This record gives sequence, C-alpha cells and structure tokens, in this order.
Amino acid sequence: MHPQNKTHSELADQFNHDVERVNWHDKTLWFVREKRDNAVFQIPEWEQLREVASQIKNNVLSNLHDYLLAFEKNAQANGINIHWAADANEHNEIVHSIIKKHGVNHIVKSKSMLTEECGLNEYLHAQGIEVIDTDLGERIVQLANEPPSHIVLPCIHWKKEEIGELFHQHLGTPKGNADPQFLTAAARAHLREHFLSSRIALTGVNFAIAETGEIIVCTNEGNADLGVQLADVHIACMGIEKIIPQRKHLSVFLRLLARSATGQPITTYSSHFQKPREGQEMHIVLVDNGRSERLASNDFRNALKCIRCGACFNTCPVYRRSGGHSYHTAVAGPIGSILAPGFDMAKNADLPFASTLCGSCTNVCPVKIDIHDQLYKWRQVLVKNGHTTASKKIGMNVMSKVLSHPKMYRFSGAIGRWILRAMPFLVKNKFNRWYKQREMPIAANQSFRSWYLNQRRYEQ
Amino acid sequence: MNIGLFIPCYIDQLYPNVGIATLQLLERFGLSVTYPTNQTCCGQPMANSGFEHLTQATSHNFVTNFSEFDYIVCPSGSCTLHIKDHLHDHAHPEKAFSTRKKTFELTEFLTDIIEIKKLEAHFPHKVGLHQSCHGLRGLGLAQMSELVTAPFSKPESLLRMVTGLELIDLERKDECCGFGGTFCVFEESVSVKMGQDRVVDHIAHGAEYITGVDMSCLMHLEGILNRQKSKVKVIHIAEILNSAVK
Repeated sequence: MHPQNKTHSELADQFNHDVERVNWHDKTLWFVREKRDNAVFQIPEWEQLREVASQIKNNVLSNLHDYLLAFEKNAQANGINIHWAADANEHNEIVHSIIKKHGVNHIVKSKSMLTEECGLNEYLHAQGIEVIDTDLGERIVQLANEPPSHIVLPCIHWKKEEIGELFHQHLGTPKGNADPQFLTAAARAHLREHFLSSRIALTGVNFAIAETGEIIVCTNEGNADLGVQLADVHIACMGIEKIIPQRKHLSVFLRLLARSATGQPITTYSSHFQKPREGQEMHIVLVDNGRSERLASNDFRNALKCIRCGACFNTCPVYRRSGGHSYHTAVAGPIGSILAPGFDMAKNADLPFASTLCGSCTNVCPVKIDIHDQLYKWRQVLVKNGHTTASKKIGMNVMSKVLSHPKMYRFSGAIGRWILRAMPFLVKNKFNRWYKQREMPIAANQSFRSWYLNQRRYEQ
Repeated sequence: MNIGLFIPCYIDQLYPNVGIATLQLLERFGLSVTYPTNQTCCGQPMANSGFEHLTQATSHNFVTNFSEFDYIVCPSGSCTLHIKDHLHDHAHPEKAFSTRKKTFELTEFLTDIIEIKKLEAHFPHKVGLHQSCHGLRGLGLAQMSELVTAPFSKPESLLRMVTGLELIDLERKDECCGFGGTFCVFEESVSVKMGQDRVVDHIAHGAEYITGVDMSCLMHLEGILNRQKSKVKVIHIAEILNSAVK
C-alpha cells in the first residue's frame, strides 16, 4: 500500500503539484497547532508539567524490566491474559490465534497505531478475517484503502466533499451530500451494525499502570468502550513503552495528552480497563518490535517516551506541506522520522532529511523528546552505514576539501562569483534545483575578505 | 577585549556588505575587532548532511583562526549554533571547547555581552523580522511561540532602538522559512513552498524589508521575492543597525 520506491522528497513534490490542497492542508493543521497553543498557555505550569512527564518516562525507561513484570503480575491477578510479542509477526500471530480460538471472522478495532505499525489489518485480511476500524477517521482511510496520514487525525488529508463521495460509493449516501453531520450519522449507523455483530473488540492502549495492572484508552468518539462492552473478548495491544509506574502519574499525562494533540483539556473518554467483566475474556499483547534495541541506544532511546499526541506533526512546517503519506511509514511526521530508521534504515534513510532541523517539534513535545537533535544524529548514522548516494558522498568530500584549505576556498569562491557574473547560464539552468523556483543571489564584485584587506591597507 | 570577527563563507562570498556592516557596527562601540584572514567555513553544510566526520579539517582551521580571541562574533545564528554545538578538534580538544563558549551571534553579543542600551541608527521603513530557527530555538534569541515562557526578543529590542523603523506584526511569528541548508535543494518543493508562505505573510502585513539574523534564510527568501519580481527587499539586521542617521 505504501509507495515504498519513492522518497519523501519525490512524494512531497507530487503533493505540491496541487497548491490549493497544500495551502488547505497547511492551514488545517496550523489551526490545530493554534488550538494547542491556546490550551497550553492557560496552564502557567505547562513547562514544569512537561519536565515532570519527561522525568517519569525517563524513570520508566530505566526500570522498564521491573515495571513490565509488575504490570504482568498485577494484570494476571485481575484475570487478564498477558502475551509477549517479540516482533510484529509474533504480535499478529498472537492476535490471530485468539480470534481463531473463538472461531470468528470479523472483529472491530479502535485506537491503535501499534496495529498499523505491525500491519495487522493486512495480515488478518490474508487469513480471511475482516477488521473494521471503528474510529471515523480510521474508517474513512480504511474504506479508501489507504494508510492513515496522521496518528491522531488519520484522514486529515481528506476534504469533506471527497468523504461525501467515498461514503456515496461505500455506504450508499446520496451523491453530492458533504454535510459533516449527515456523513457522521451515516458512518454511525454503518458502524453500529458492526459493533452489534462483533464478538471480539481490539483496542490500543495509551497508558498501562504497573501498580494496578490496568490500561487506559483515551478517545473522543467512545468506540473503544462501545466495542469492548458489547464484545465477549477484548484484545488490547500495546508497545512495551506505554507503561507508567502508578495511577497518580496518569494525571500528569492526561493533562498533557489532549492539550498537545487537539487543544482539548482532556479527551472525551479516558477509559480504564482493569479486569474483564463477568463472562468476558481479556487479553493484553505486549509488543517489543525493536523497542528493546532502541532502549540500548543512548542517542535514540528517549524517542520511546512518545505518547503519540501528534503535536510534532501539527507544528512541523514540512509535514504540513508534504502530507503524511510522503513519509511512507505508519507513523509519519517528525517522530516517525526518528522511529522509522530504527525499524529499517535502508527503507527510511530519506526521512531524517525531511526536516530543516527548525526545532519546533522538540518544543511542542509534551514529554520533551529531543526530536530535531535525533534527526541530526540519525543523519550521521545513516551516512556512516552507507545509506547515502554516491553523488552526495562525492559532493561532500569535495566541499570538505575546498573548505579545509583557505586558499582553495578563496579561489573557488572567486571562480563561483565570476561564473555567476560572466556565465550565468552555467548556473541558471534546469539542472540547478535552487534556480527552478528561486533567483540566484547577485554575485558581489569582491569578497568581504578582499574588501577588508584593501581597507586595512588603506588605513595603514 | 579582542574580538575575532567570524564571517560565514556565504556572507564572505555573496554578501560582503553584511560583513562590512557587522565590522563597522562593532567598531562604532569602540571595540577592537580583527578578521582572521584564513577562516573558511564552520563545517555545518557537511555536518547537517550527515557528514560530520568530514568536518575535522574545517573545525581545526576554525580553532586555529579563532581560539586566541576573547570573544568571537558572527552575524549568523546558524553558524554560531553549529560552532557552539559541534566544534571539535582532536589535536586541541580543550581549545575547541573554550572556543565554543566564547562564540556569540551578533545580536546576543550586543545584548548580553556589551549590553547596549541605545543606538544611533535610522531606518524609515516598514520591516518584518524573520526569526531564523537556529537563532531562535537553537540560541534562544527570543521567546519561542511553542513555549509557555515570558516574552522577550533580542533582535527585536535592538530594532526598536532604530529611529523611523516600523516593525510589522506577522501571522506566524516564528515559522521556519524552509532554507535548511542542503534541504533547500534536496527537498526543493517543500523548501520553496515554505519560503513562499513566509513571504506572503510579510507582504500581507506591509513589509518593505524582511530582516533577520541569518543571511542564509534571507538569501532563500530573496531568491523567491526576486523570482516574483517583488519590490520587497531583504536586509541583514547588521545593515539596519549600522544604518547612518541622516
């Protein structure tokens, strides 16, 4: 489904062919960033809150082993079945085995980016099991046979008219009706059938509390609750980094999460699932999938603090103007660009370069992940591991040679300026990517250094 | 106080007037300023492209040229940040470390080190301030729109000392222009779009000039303005602060 053979820059270029859409996409997401700003500026202790959250997560990462075992023990005592998955494949197999045991071919799902990361929908589809994403945005991209373009706002790249057309095709709504309220009601009726007929509900996990063995799912639509309450079996899938030590720590994260994500003080529902109701079966699948490896890396471990709020997407000037699909990975945006190379360097070598290193992502991050510094560090790792082009390597070597030798630097500079003045056609052509949409700087007659030497000679 | 003037390579080659304005401005405050004539580049273009390991020689050259000064002043937030964060010299690690600590961007040097309170400068124009990201979020030259902290701005305080100058408001006061070093060619479409959007914001608010502490951002915005045949010009903040009273 992902156009793997194209780089972020190529996909972003395609996205930019439709300027009106880029403007609309940028403004829509900037509006969410502004909502975030309005919300956080009402909390005078916001920066302190971020620091506390960051420290709690640091503590979790340093003691993850113990917290995970405590969580397992407490959850099992509550009657929950715990499963451990080393990678995406194991995760998918575990989920499949539970479904198979109950002999169903149809499940409902809500709020899980982890299952996107693991490619669960495709896996189960191949086994003849239909997964219905019940969150509206997720359902829209699922009907369109597309991956989400944003972790919190999965169909943010879709305009309401396009959704009207999609619903007309798939749900039989009247052609040309793009009224959001009408379309939402249509989706609701369509999903209600699935909720009522599904014996298994799968959800993601926002936080898992080691002390109590409970999980918390934060939603606005309430689909996780509806799905779980109606189903005989609840399967919750979580990355092992979702642990927090105690219930009291949850308040810190709940205050940060929704404000950072959408500018709401809190999500409509913060649902605690501590034990299966009578007669219900509950499973939690704890997934590693490269997280332990990342934990061992001093430079990149702190990306595991991420609470998936999406604030770094909304603030990122590159994301807003290139769209989520240009990142060709389940988690797009700045955080995706530091997570994806950890999964597959070769496939995602372009992503850490899809940034100007402006640092806005780091500033909005509610758990203080040094996102733009990690982008810089990934660039070094990628080049050292040979994930760069021959031409870039040659170019950089030449540049380094020239800039290391003052005389060579001055000579090249003079030649460059002379070419700009005397033979501009050598520079002003279609091979120059600067010149495609920008004029060249006007070449000065002399360098600053020449002026300086002349002037000092004159003064003496 | 001996000051080493660090003029980034692209300013040396393409915008000598920015170097001249910086030198003259510092000398107007009675400072002793020297331009070490064998300086080249801080190494940032390689480092940000993932080739930090190729910056040994440029870093060594930088340390050789600058380590003896009391302060090193540079009219670029970005190059200053690179020195502060990444300068290393295997032959003289302690010299590299002390050089890092005494390198300052021009407006932070004027504000924090020599603490200027007034300025004889006149620039009767409507000016938009482009906050370059490395100056803003890297060096902390001003309050950042994302952080819940008290407002301040070193470049803006200096511009407010210039008579006749009218500073315009912007809809997005500190969004990146999209230059980003080699990003500007490797991610050409997004880079240009980001620059175009910044230009629109400045023009919509009546800017005659766009200024900033980084000529690299301004060079990118200038390329876009000139392609659009716009009358709006870019000007480095040193040139405004150094503009004579008539």
